[in-house]
Formats: sequence, C-alpha cells, structure tokens
Amino acid sequence: MTEKKTTIELKKLTKKFGDIIAVNDVSLKISENDFFTILGPSGCGKSTILRLIAGLEVQDSGAVIINNKDSSFVQANERPVNMVFQSYALFPHLSVRDNIEFGLKLKKISNTDIKIRVEEILELVKMNGYDFKLPSELSGGQRQRVALARAIVNKPKIVLLDEPLSALDANLRMEMQQELVNIQRNLKMTFMLVTHDQDEALSISSKIAIMENGKIIETNTATNMYEYPSKKFSAEFLGRINIIEGASSLIDNRMLFNSDTFGKINLERDIKLPKDGVLGIRPEKIIIETGLNKQKNRVSMNGTITNWTYYGDVSYITIELKNKSKVYINVQNVHRNSLQELNIGKKLFASFDINDLIILEK
Amino acid sequence: MSYGQKVDIIDIDYNWSLINYARATDGVYFVTLFKSVIISLITTFLCLLIAIPVAFYISFSSVRIKSILLVSILLPLWTNLLIRTYSLIALLRTKGHINNALENLWESANYLLSFFRLANHNFIGESFTPLSLMHNNFSVIFGLIYIYVPFMIIPIYLVLEKIDRNILEASYDLGANHKITFFKIIMPNISVGITSGIILVFIPCLGSFIIPELLGGADSQMIGNIIERQFKSANDWPFGSALSFILIYITIIILGVRYVYSKLYSRLYQRGVS
Repeated sequence: MTEKKTTIELKKLTKKFGDIIAVNDVSLKISENDFFTILGPSGCGKSTILRLIAGLEVQDSGAVIINNKDSSFVQANERPVNMVFQSYALFPHLSVRDNIEFGLKLKKISNTDIKIRVEEILELVKMNGYDFKLPSELSGGQRQRVALARAIVNKPKIVLLDEPLSALDANLRMEMQQELVNIQRNLKMTFMLVTHDQDEALSISSKIAIMENGKIIETNTATNMYEYPSKKFSAEFLGRINIIEGASSLIDNRMLFNSDTFGKINLERDIKLPKDGVLGIRPEKIIIETGLNKQKNRVSMNGTITNWTYYGDVSYITIELKNKSKVYINVQNVHRNSLQELNIGKKLFASFDINDLIILEK
Repeated sequence: MSYGQKVDIIDIDYNWSLINYARATDGVYFVTLFKSVIISLITTFLCLLIAIPVAFYISFSSVRIKSILLVSILLPLWTNLLIRTYSLIALLRTKGHINNALENLWESANYLLSFFRLANHNFIGESFTPLSLMHNNFSVIFGLIYIYVPFMIIPIYLVLEKIDRNILEASYDLGANHKITFFKIIMPNISVGITSGIILVFIPCLGSFIIPELLGGADSQMIGNIIERQFKSANDWPFGSALSFILIYITIIILGVRYVYSKLYSRLYQRGVS
C-alpha cells in the first residue's frame, strides 16, 4: 500500500488557558480520507485541538500544518477547513438554503454552480424540499444534517466535527453515525471527530487517538485500539477490561507472569513486559465453562457471581474468586432459558485464552 | 376637545370643527413640528451610532465588568429627569464645566507657548472665547441623547446577549471576515433590538418638552413646548389637544409602518423570496 498523503499535521501544539494547559505538546498526523477520532473524557482538551485547527484559537506554541502548508497564523476565514459545531450554530435568520450557500457565496463561485452544488448536498443529506425552512422549524436531526451540509458543501480539506451527535437520541445517533461514515466514504473527504462516546468512536472511525489531560495517550486504528491497546488508560477508557496486576520474569526467553488474581500465567511469548506493566483481558473474551478447563493455553478460574446487569443482548456479570479479586465477564444471551444460571450467589467456572491477554503500560 | 373652540377663558364650544387641525398646519406650528421630527431623527440616529458599539462592548465584556457597566448605564435613570437636565446646564453653560476645562487648557497652552516665546503669534487666538454650548440646537440634541441613549443601548444589548456566540465563529469558519459577519450575521439578528430601540428613543424625543425648554434657545423649540404653552400660558386647550393628537397620529403611523414591514418581511421569508 502506498503511503497516504498527510492532510493535517500538528507539531508540538500547546495551548494554555490561564494556568490550565488545555493542549499539551500534541503531535498528530491525519492522512487523507481518514475518519480520525479524538476520544477522551470531557474537559481533556479535545475540542480545543479542533478549534486550533480551525483557527478559532491561537496556539501558544507549536504548529498547525494543513496540506503541507504551515497555517499556524492563518486566520480562521482563510483556512481550508470547516467545522460542524456541537450546538450546530446555524444562522437563525437564514433559511436552510441560505445557510448552506453562505460559505460558497463568499468564494465568488457563479450562481449556477452554487445552485448545482447546493442541490447535490441537499440530496446527499436527505434534506431536499426543506430549502426555505428556517432552522427553528427543523428537528434536531435535521439541523444536524444542515450543519453538516453547510460544512461539506465548501469541499474543505478537512471537516471538523465537535461532538456533533451528542444532542441526538440514541436511535437517531446510530443512524447519523452510519450516514456520517457513508458520506465520508462517498465524498472521499477527511473527517476529524471529537467525542467522549466510546461506541461512537469505535463504530465510525478509521483511526482513534485517545486523549487525557491535554495529552494524546495513544493513536491507533479502531480495531487495534480495542484489541491491542498499549496503555492502561486507553484500554480502560475504550471499553471494559479486567486489569491483572503482578510481576513478570523471563525464563528460557518465555515470559512468566506471576499475577495476583490467577497465579502463574505462562505467556508463551517472547516479549518483555515493560516496567510496572500489567496484563488485561476484555470481559467478552472470558467464557463460561462447565468445569475447570485444563488446556495448556487457557487460564481457568472458578468463583461466585456477585453482580449481574442485564442489557438484553448481553449480561455483564462480576464474579468473585477465592482470593477475593473480582473478574468482569460479558455473557452473550444466546438462549433465553440460560439466563437462570446467572443468578447472584451461583458458582461458576470460566476461562480465557492467553493469546487474548493484552500487555499494558501504565 | 380637539374639535372644539375656545369661546372665552373657561368655556369651550364643542362644535366638531376641524379649525384647530387647520391651524396646526400653519407656518410656525408646522415648521416647529417638522423641526421636532428632524431633531428626533438626528437624536435617534446618533443614539444608534453610540449604542451599537457600547452594547457590543458590554456584551463581550467579562461577567463582572458587564454588571458594572450595566449598572452605570441604568443608575442615572433612577435620578429625576429634571435633575439630570439641570446637571447638563452646569456642564454646558458659558461658565460651565466644559468651558472651564477648555479655558484651563487654553491657559496652560498659552503659558507653554509664551514659555517658548510664541505667544504673540496668536496660534490659539488672542484670548479664550467660551464656546456657546447652551440654548441652541446642539444643546437640545446633546441633552436628548444623554437622556435617551440608555433606551437604545438596553434593547440592543439584550438581543446581542441572545446571539449564540458559535454562529459568529461559524461565520468566520465559513470564510467571512469581520465586516461580512457584522452585516450579514449580527445585524439581521439584532434588528429586532434596533427597531425597538428606535421606537423607544424616537417617540419620547418627539414629545419631549423639558429638555428643549431648559437647554434650548428661542429657535430650538420643539412641538412639546408649544403644546405645553397651549395648556398653560396660552390657555387654548382645544388647540393644544389638536397638536397632541397630531403627535399621537404620527406615532401610530410609525408603529403601523413597523408592523406592516415586519409582517411583509416574514411573509417574504415563507415564500422563499429572501
């Protein structure tokens, strides 16, 4: 595969608000056609990164490079980027069509071209027929579509989306997530999304960066970020995980992990555990057994169910082992009559494959 | 009463004549009426020019400064109109504070010039001549602006506060500069505040009589003064009420125009002609 072109590059970007360092020495590369997501808890500075790229804030140090051009001090209205705001920020006095046309009219594009492009975009976001409605006459989802249309109609190098779906209800959000991905793929545009919603990040992005306290913890593709995270924070923030503490030692080039929870685990892998590293296992990778599984590559356990949360398709259960440590297990609800076996207080056996263990740095 | 006629000192004959209205279109009254409208228009326009930047400044200040500024705008309204007008007299009269300050300035400048042996060249005049700031159209308009500018600032400030700051950022983001953002995004959204401000300033201006009475001279009388005189010294109540009614009609016409305009505007919008 050929190397993809870099659309946005952030170099050691730092932004302070008073004493608070909102963005701390962030370096990132976003390639063409990526759906790049910054995922982080609220207040971690992820929106500030978008605003720095858009030019709505000026960095204290570092550089924003857009399309190989240093744009660190280019005004917001001259950057080839467009933003979809969390509150949509549609112009309340302008109709849907006027809102979408606003950016194009400033670019001195002929009226016929504007008309063609607006028609295309209205079709794309399924808002044709709403041309002359005012934003106040639209529902939340429709406003969202108009805000998106207003940004993408300008064909920017990158579309910045600041938690655009957070105000929508769960079903509409799922639908819009799918549409966002479709639009991004159809138009072959570069999207950059900021969110605190893990499911949203996993389901729509091609790349995820996890952020905490102004710093990027880790960047990876969506699947790798879930299956092979390298940092404890990102493993815990994206999905649920059982953290296994302990000490490791190398015997015959094979790593032996002496865990507090499961005793000795022979990792059978030629990897060195980083200093104060831990192991992790995702709850859905642990399966319920009828008895103690003695296969060589599996780690077995038995314990008592102390907690059971029902989600319809899955149940989240917590079991307590003899050594009082707790293990989270996700059980797929395959048969409805098997639910009765998951009562609190019941004893059960479970096991997981050592190949599913994740090695994490603290 | 405006259709009646004065027969003697206390008796009025209600005979449904239009003679008072006919008299109102007479030279001197009509000129005064016209002049009142012009003075009010100038005042309203200047108030608008002052109020928009002030409202912007308040709106974009930090919360603490915002409340201090708002109180300092509203506080004078707690003082009696007469007292505020008299205080303007103290400011504007020939030996008032403004002229005093200017005189001091002149003297220090003169001293400085004589220090450099330049005093004989008359760069700044041979002696200080106080500006005549009182009893003319300037003083009336100045007084009207001073009294009524809060009524322009407050409605504009209120609509400005309601604007989502994100739409300004969205405008820059879509490629608009500050000028385009101001005229295409901010102005349409504060037009409601501007129209109510114009009405709140223009209508009381038109009817004001204390300010032109105290600050104005012989040629800067407004229609309010004439009406007041009809009810008091001239003792011609029918003519006074006729003039009052004319003022009310003008006001109603202005409000009517505004109403029709806003109706027309929203209808145009629904048709998508905008």
